[in-house]
Amino acid sequence: MPQQHATTAATHDEHDHKPHGWRRWVFATNHKDIGTMYLILSGTMFFVGGMFAEGIRAELFKPGLQFFDPQFFNTLTTLHGLIMIFGVIMPAFVGLANWMIPMQVGAPDMALPRLNNFSFWILPFAFTLLLSSLFVPGGAPAGGWTMYPPLILQTGASFPMLIFSVHLMGMSSILGAINVIVTIMNLRAPSMTLLRMPLFVWSWLITAYLLIAVMPVLAGAVTMLLTDHFFGTTFFTAAGGGDPVMFQHIFWFFGHPEVYIMILPAFGIISEIIPTFSRKPLFGYEAMVYAIASIAFLSFIVWAHHMFTVGMPLAAQLFFMLTTMLIAVPTGVKVFNWVATMWKGSLSFEPPMLFALAFVFLFTIGGFSGLMLAMVPADYQYQDTYFVVAHFHYVLVTGALFSIMAAIYYWLPKWTGHMYDLKLGTWHFWLSAIFVNVLFFPQHFLGLAGMPRRIPDYAVQFTDWNMVSSIGAFGFGLAQFLFLYLIIQCVRGGARTGNRAWEGAHGLEWELSSPPPFHSWTDPPGEALVARGAAH
Amino acid sequence: MTIRERLASLASGAPAALLALPARASGWGELNMPRGVTDISRKIYDLHMTIFWVCVVIGVVVFGVMIWSMVSFRKSRGAVADVTLVHNTKVEIVWTVIPVIILIAMAVPAARVLVEIEDTTRSALTIKVTGFQWGWQYDYLDDGVMYYSHLDRASNAARELLSGIDPTTVPHYLLNVDHPLVVPVDTKVRLLITGADVIHSWWLPDFGVKKDAIPGFINEAWFKVDADKPGLYRGQCAELCGRDHGFMPIVVDARPKAEFDAWLKSTAAEQKQAAPAQATAAPAAPAPASAAATMPGAG
Amino acid sequence: MTDAHAPDTGHYYVPHHSPYPILGSVALFTVMWGAVVYLNDWSGLWSLIPGAVLLALLFFLWFATVIGENQQGIYNLQVDRSFRMGMMWFIFSEVMFFAAFFGALFYARVLSVPWLGGHGVKIFTNYVLWPHFEGLWPSNGPGHVGGRADGTFNVMAPFGIPALNTLILLTSGLTVTIAHHALRGGRRAMLALFLALTFLLGFTFVGLQIHEYGEAYRTLGLRLSTGVYGSTFFMLTGFHGLHVTIGAIMLTVIWLRVIKGHFSPNRHFAFEAVSWYWHFVDVVWLFLFVFVYWL
Ligand code: HEA
Ligand code: HEA
Ligand code: CUA
Ligand SMILES: [Cu+2]
Repeated sequence: MPQQHATTAATHDEHDHKPHGWRRWVFATNHKDIGTMYLILSGTMFFVGGMFAEGIRAELFKPGLQFFDPQFFNTLTTLHGLIMIFGVIMPAFVGLANWMIPMQVGAPDMALPRLNNFSFWILPFAFTLLLSSLFVPGGAPAGGWTMYPPLILQTGASFPMLIFSVHLMGMSSILGAINVIVTIMNLRAPSMTLLRMPLFVWSWLITAYLLIAVMPVLAGAVTMLLTDHFFGTTFFTAAGGGDPVMFQHIFWFFGHPEVYIMILPAFGIISEIIPTFSRKPLFGYEAMVYAIASIAFLSFIVWAHHMFTVGMPLAAQLFFMLTTMLIAVPTGVKVFNWVATMWKGSLSFEPPMLFALAFVFLFTIGGFSGLMLAMVPADYQYQDTYFVVAHFHYVLVTGALFSIMAAIYYWLPKWTGHMYDLKLGTWHFWLSAIFVNVLFFPQHFLGLAGMPRRIPDYAVQFTDWNMVSSIGAFGFGLAQFLFLYLIIQCVRGGARTGNRAWEGAHGLEWELSSPPPFHSWTDPPGEALVARGAAH
Repeated sequence: MTIRERLASLASGAPAALLALPARASGWGELNMPRGVTDISRKIYDLHMTIFWVCVVIGVVVFGVMIWSMVSFRKSRGAVADVTLVHNTKVEIVWTVIPVIILIAMAVPAARVLVEIEDTTRSALTIKVTGFQWGWQYDYLDDGVMYYSHLDRASNAARELLSGIDPTTVPHYLLNVDHPLVVPVDTKVRLLITGADVIHSWWLPDFGVKKDAIPGFINEAWFKVDADKPGLYRGQCAELCGRDHGFMPIVVDARPKAEFDAWLKSTAAEQKQAAPAQATAAPAAPAPASAAATMPGAG
Repeated sequence: MTDAHAPDTGHYYVPHHSPYPILGSVALFTVMWGAVVYLNDWSGLWSLIPGAVLLALLFFLWFATVIGENQQGIYNLQVDRSFRMGMMWFIFSEVMFFAAFFGALFYARVLSVPWLGGHGVKIFTNYVLWPHFEGLWPSNGPGHVGGRADGTFNVMAPFGIPALNTLILLTSGLTVTIAHHALRGGRRAMLALFLALTFLLGFTFVGLQIHEYGEAYRTLGLRLSTGVYGSTFFMLTGFHGLHVTIGAIMLTVIWLRVIKGHFSPNRHFAFEAVSWYWHFVDVVWLFLFVFVYWL
């Protein structure tokens, strides 16, 4: 790979002079600025989606309808799901990718800076479109984030808004993913060989591939919904030779890889943090890489485990049960490697490590429930109950979301050059970790006892655990204000940190100053630096 | 009540509720899947418990090692990292192979049960079940008996937004219907499940049956209630189907064979006379909702 | 890559800042809002115009800038490589978009229609709900949705114009390759000629498709609403036709640039990108011809 130098423009004189005022953000081409915007968007959406969730929990606090009309409750659920997945987790990961990948591979910026900003700015408009559907006749979509026909076709004026906002989110993700792949494949420092890349970079390389592979499929699926609704096609209508279940197949062909899109970067993050705070290189680096790859591969052939009750042929059910169970193996390898990394380490428990450890515990629990769901006969009892809700919140909230919080706690000093209030961070951790379990653990019981998901009201025997769950929800929600406060405080100021904010931190990002220069690696790091960074 | 009042009640409700909870036993005990009253439901329960304990054991091992490291390898305790410990082919093979074995060991019994569940042949009674927005239609194909099943009146009144009726005073709140599905015990009953408008899902936990009701397609399911377990069994629609998805329960009235036959005869007779009347008074004939307008050839 | 070993010309270009991304987002939003307004009958088709204009303008400005920068020679080989990779992955995403619709086609042919006809596992579906439906392909379903007044319809004969179209596209694939060789060899006249041939063939294809659609609607009773056959047929061929149109337009732009003397024998990313795109469109058509028209 040829040597490279970055220039902010055709000419050199503008080195490190950055645009100021609103232009800096709106016209941004700098990977850090764009990363920051992604993270702010994610935080805002987290608040919005969280408020929907609190609405859900408030209504479910006790039996009987207290606050919402059932239709609006379904809207809350639907928007909560869509916002949290497309508006919180994915943008947060893309934001982290923007911030860290160029720094970690020794690049000046993302490979296609304008495209990068385009991928970002599409999103605020996408969510404006989606959320403004709350105000049109017929109300916002209420068919669940899975948008199953025929139900979703009963949506009122907000139907096309839903479809187009999904299209926009898809475009954004695809363009963003292309940028990530190109940056990794083309802008690595000459001596940064593939097997020297940090695992966060590896996990994102594979995630980006998944994104490009499945986002267009989702776009296709919702396009068929659109034409079925407005142009008389019958993809999903039996009378015309179609099949409502066909949508579910296409959707989940996207949907399952999607859930791994939301966990692979998390794996990458955890694989960065645990070695740092164990002061010990990651155990089984290559195994970790192959594990991610095989998870990604398997994720394409397990989709129908979301559809065991739709009446598939026996053979199909058996096939999807087996492939689904297989995913436990590479995932297990990752868990075991993290544990082995801690073994004989020298551990300390700063907030990033606390969240990483909670991730390993709680994600594993979510994985176990996932495995239970994979057993077809048992799934007949679990499917569409709160057991499923508990499963995916353990993998999504204490998995994906906790990994994002861990990442922010890990890299915030690098980004701002300030060390945040560790005590406050520890408080935030314990409050979150305790309340999140109060919130979601009882949902296992509710599901097993027979409470279906997506219902605004329930039989009285479900009262107690719902109250507990709701109390957990309020607590967890409030705890996040600490997080918000801590972040703002840290951005504003605080004790200066050196380049290497954490004693045991490895990787190129720690060789740069904190905060790093506007153009991360104007000259690619040499062999020595790269070797020192490569933690194995 | 104004929103503020409601929120207030919520706020005061939280602690109050917690204190009051043990008093009114409304669910602390509801922790696990019912064993149910059919052979299949019990087999499913056993699968569920086995995989559960498998996970518990693995969890104990994994978490055990983790906690051990967290306790004994702390920097604060002067632990020094062994930076050479980065790779060990032997253990890596072990912890890849063992899970594979466990999983296969779990998949085999699961597959067996599944094969049994999927075998709907040799059934003595066939009932067509049609889910619609929002209720169920039961059609005894061979006996010319057909009727609709809706959420019962008491629940329906209490579930209105701010109805002021305390759900705990309503018998079987949200789990009661006007006309339950009547079936004989100790008989293999086959259900032909379909949907009239959108997808619903017929779920009866105690029978271990859950099958989606897909418009335009028929899914089969079956159950055989233990001879000694007649009674009322309750479930709910298990696929989001619109506004009242939470309000279309399923109740099955399993009766001794003789009783059932008597019931079937009399009902068949009634419905024959009532035929003309019914045609006009058909309550919630599956009304293809607004979507039909947008879906060519639907309904 | 053709020019991987050519000498490098300096710095990885990071544009200073750019108004186009935000403009692009606004344009997209306007287009989609227009579509929402139109589809909800809040107003007529014209509601699509503002967005369309904005988008067209945006593309023009953005590409103009990039081309300008390129002509100034700001881009080194590494930037060039980034563009290439970007284009390849973009095409891959397009492939997956078509995959979704092919998936729908196969699902309908292999599963849903036979099931409705009582084949395979769902006997009762046919027996109880759709008696006397055979479930043979092509089909507009047991409800005989769409089609002529009596619910019948005919499919397009593969070995008429569709076959001709196949020939046209294959030839165009050839001509664009010849043009590429001409460019490499520095034979500009030949380059211009064969490039022109290529997009002319492209537009001819589109013309013939439009004619075919007319036939289908008027005489064959084959419409978008003709059951799942019509749905898959028109969505697949329609999206393909759209891509051919876009491709042909891009070829035209490239041709104009050739006339203006752009592109050097070993630095012509835009040309290659467009020709890759064209080959992709070509391959998709082959699948269409085999699985939609022929088999
Ligand atoms: C981050 C997202 C994420 C992740 C990582 C997972 C991971 C898994 N999921 Fe989950 N899932 C969701 C998000 C996710 N899921 C969502 C959002 C839904 C609901 C969608 C909706 O309907 O709205 C869902 C639903 C869902 C269903 C459908 C339930 C239903 O609707 O009926 C199933 C069924 O098989 C399933 C299975 C699994 C499995 C087997 C894994 C595996 O990958 C887990 C593997 C991990 C482990 C097993 C733990 C660690 C392993 C070891 C310690 C090794 C040793 C262990 C053993 C050998 C047992 N998931
Ligand atoms: C990653 C995704 C994600 C996340 C994070 C969450 C978070 C939460 N979820 Fe959600 N959930 C889903 C994804 C997610 N969920 C999905 C996909 C569904 C299925 C939807 C469907 O069925 O269609 C679902 C469904 C779902 C249900 C079932 C609804 C139903 O079936 O009817 C419930 C019920 O309790 C629930 C609750 C919650 C709660 C209480 C939280 C809480 O953790 C939320 C707490 C957060 C807050 C209250 C916000 C606080 C934020 C701030 C104070 C600002 C901080 C700002 C910065 C840090 C910058 N969720
Ligand atoms: Cu019917 Cu849900
Ligand atoms: Cu899945």
